[in-house]
Amino acid sequence: MSSYKAPDFYQIDDLLTEEECMVRDSVRDWVSAEFMPVIEEHNRAATFPADLIPQLGELGVLGAGLEGYGCAGLSPTSYGLILQELERGDSGLRSFVSVQGSLCMFPIHAYGTEEQKQKWLPKMAKGELIGCFGLTEADFGSNPGGMLTRLDDAGDHYVLNGSKYWITNGCVADVAIVSAKLDGVVRLILVEKGTPGYSTNTIKNKFSLRASVTSELVFEDVKVPKANLLPGVEGLKGPLSCLNSARYGIAFGAVGAAMAVYDEALRYSQNRIMFDRPIARFQLVQNKLVWMINEITKGQLLAWRLGKLKESHKLHHSHVSLAKRNNCWMALECCRLARDILGANGITDEYQVMRHMCNLESVITYEGTHDIHALIVGREITGENAIM
Amino acid sequence: MDIVVCVKRVPATDSKIKVGADGKSIDPAGIEFVLNPYDEFAVEEAIKTRETLGSGSVTVITLGTGDSQKELRTCLAMGADKAVLLDASGLPGGGAGLDACATARIVADHVKGIPHDAVFCGRQAVDGDDSQFPSRLAALLDLPCVTEVAKLELSDGRYRAERDIEGAREVVDCPTPCVISTNKGLNEPRYANLKGIMAAKKKPLETIAVSAAEPATETTGLELPPERSGGKIVDSVSDLVAALKNEAKVL
Ligand SMILES: Cc1cc2nc3c(=O)[nH]c(=O)nc-3n(C[C@H](O)[C@H](O)[C@H](O)COP(=O)(O)OP(=O)(O)OC[C@H]3O[C@@H](n4cnc5c(N)ncnc54)[C@H](O)[C@@H]3O)c2cc1C
Repeated sequence: MSSYKAPDFYQIDDLLTEEECMVRDSVRDWVSAEFMPVIEEHNRAATFPADLIPQLGELGVLGAGLEGYGCAGLSPTSYGLILQELERGDSGLRSFVSVQGSLCMFPIHAYGTEEQKQKWLPKMAKGELIGCFGLTEADFGSNPGGMLTRLDDAGDHYVLNGSKYWITNGCVADVAIVSAKLDGVVRLILVEKGTPGYSTNTIKNKFSLRASVTSELVFEDVKVPKANLLPGVEGLKGPLSCLNSARYGIAFGAVGAAMAVYDEALRYSQNRIMFDRPIARFQLVQNKLVWMINEITKGQLLAWRLGKLKESHKLHHSHVSLAKRNNCWMALECCRLARDILGANGITDEYQVMRHMCNLESVITYEGTHDIHALIVGREITGENAIM
Repeated sequence: MDIVVCVKRVPATDSKIKVGADGKSIDPAGIEFVLNPYDEFAVEEAIKTRETLGSGSVTVITLGTGDSQKELRTCLAMGADKAVLLDASGLPGGGAGLDACATARIVADHVKGIPHDAVFCGRQAVDGDDSQFPSRLAALLDLPCVTEVAKLELSDGRYRAERDIEGAREVVDCPTPCVISTNKGLNEPRYANLKGIMAAKKKPLETIAVSAAEPATETTGLELPPERSGGKIVDSVSDLVAALKNEAKVL
C-alpha cells in the first residue's frame, strides 16, 4: 500500500495552529518511517518494539504535555494530536506513551515532591526509565474503590501487600505507580523494580494489544520507603485524575486508528475490481465509506473541542467521558466496516484493519468501559448516580 | 562558521497535481506543501556542522510568500538559528513569474549582506526541477560551487566533497566560502522534535519585502502527462512481438 493520507474532510486543519500541525506532522512522519515497517512483525510475535523507545524520547512525545524536567511543554491540543498519530500506527504504541506520560509522569509531576520529580521525570522523558500504573485488580475493574491492595505504616517505611492485574508495561517498568489503601484511603506510591517482594508476570495469549506488554504485579510484604509516597493527593481522585488525562488522549488516539483503517479501505475500494469496476463505484460500498468519514469528522471535532476546553480550563471529566466513549465506539465500527470492504483480504495481517479492530476491543474497555462512561455522562446530565 | 541554507516550499511529491486556471502554474488547492526534500539534507548538514564545531550559526532563507513561513519554522524546529523570508507577495502575481535566474539574483543580493562561510542548497527543487539555482547563486556571489554532493568533510577551512557521477565517485577539494548543493545520501535528516518545535516559536523569523528582478525565461504552459491508457493482454509471444513492432513501434 502506498503512503498514508490522513483524511480531513472538514478542513479541520484550519482550526489548528501552525505549531499543532507541525507537531502532528512530525509524529506522523516518524510513525510512517520508523514504526509502520516493524509493527506487523511485533504484533505477530507479541512484542513491543522496545528499540524504538529512545527515539520516542528524542522525538519528545513522552510526557509531552508537562512543563519542565525535560518535557516538551506542549499545549493540550498538540498532546492529543501526538496520540492521534501514534494510534494511527497502533493502539499499543499509543498505550505505551499514554501510560508513560499521563498515568506515570503526570502524577509524579502533579503530586510528587521536588526530589521525586528530579529523580524520575527527566529520565522518563528520555525513555531511559519506564513506568507502569497499577490501579486495576483482578476482582476490581470498573470499581477500583473496592481494591484490596494496602499499605501499612511500619514506622520508618510502609509495607505493601496485594496484587494488580492488566497492567500495561508492568514487566518492563522500572517503577510502578501503585494505588493502595493506607488506613482505608487510596494513595499513590512509587515502587521500584527489584524491591524485594515485588514480582511481575506477563499476561499471555492476548488477541488484542499484542504489541503492548500487559502484566500482573504482585506485592508480598514489600518494604517501600516513606519518601516514595506521592504526598500531593489522597483518595480515589488521585488515580482518577491520571485516568482523566489518559482518557483525554484516547479520545484523540481512537480517531487516529479510525483514520488508518478508513484510509486503507478507501484505497482498497478504488483499486479492487469486481464485476469489472472498482468496488468504490457500488452504492453500498460508498455508504460504508461515507459512514466512516462522517463519524471520523465528528470524532475529530469532539477531540478538537476537548482540547480547547482543556486549554481554557473548562474541561469537566464528563466531557472527557463523552469523547472517549464516542470515539472508541466509532473507531471500532469503522474497523468493522473497513474489514468488510476488504473482503477476505481484510482478515490477514497484510492489512492493518484486523489489528486495529482487535486493539480497539481493549481500548473501548480500559480506562473506563463504554458503559461506565455512559453512566458518568448520565450522572452528569440527570444528577442521578446509576453506577452503584 | 556561519552557514546560510537556501530552502523552498514545494508540493509533496505524492500530491495529485492540477493545472491552475492560467494554464501555466499548478493549482495549490488541496495540495500538501512541504520543505523541498533535497533541502532537508542541506539543513541537516548545516546543523551538524554547527554541532560538531560547537560554534557558528545556521540561517535559513527562502524566497516566497507568507505561506513559506511554515517550512522556515520546520527548519528552525530542526535546529536552525534564524530564518529569513524574502517576501515576494508584493510583486505581480505574488512572484509567480520569477524563474531560477531572477530568484538567484534576489537571494544573492540578500546573502551578500549577511555573513556566509558556506551556502548550502538542495541539488534541485522537486517542483520545477530546474537544478539551476545553486550554480547561478554561486556565480552571482562569485564563489566556488560543488553540486550534488553526497559526502562532505571540513578541515582547515576547506571542503572535501564527494559526488556521484555516471559510474564513478568524484572527489572535489574546495575552499570556503563556497556554495554546496546537497544530494541524497549526504546524511539522515533529523525529525523536528517536539522541543525543537516549541523552541522554534521563539527564534527570529525576519520578513523582508523584495523588489522585482528580471527573469530570463518565461513559463508559457503547463500540461499534465497524457493519462495512461489501458493495457492489452496478448495470447502468445509472437503476438507480443508483433504488437511491439506494429502497434507500439518500439522494436
Ligand atoms: C490491554 C489492557 C491493558 C490495561 N492496562 C491497565 C493499566 O495499565 N493499569 C490499570 O490499572 N488497568 C489496566 N487495564 C484494566 C482496565 O482498566 C479494566 O479492564 C477496566 O477498567 C474494566 O474492568 P474489568 O475488566 O474488570 O471489567 P468489569 O468491571 O468486570 O466490567 C465487565 C462488564 O460489566 C460492565 N459493568 C461493570 N460495572 C457496571 C455498572 N456499575 N453498571 C453497568 N455496567 C457495569 C462493564 O461495562 C463491562 O461491560 C487494562 C486492561 C486491558 C484489557
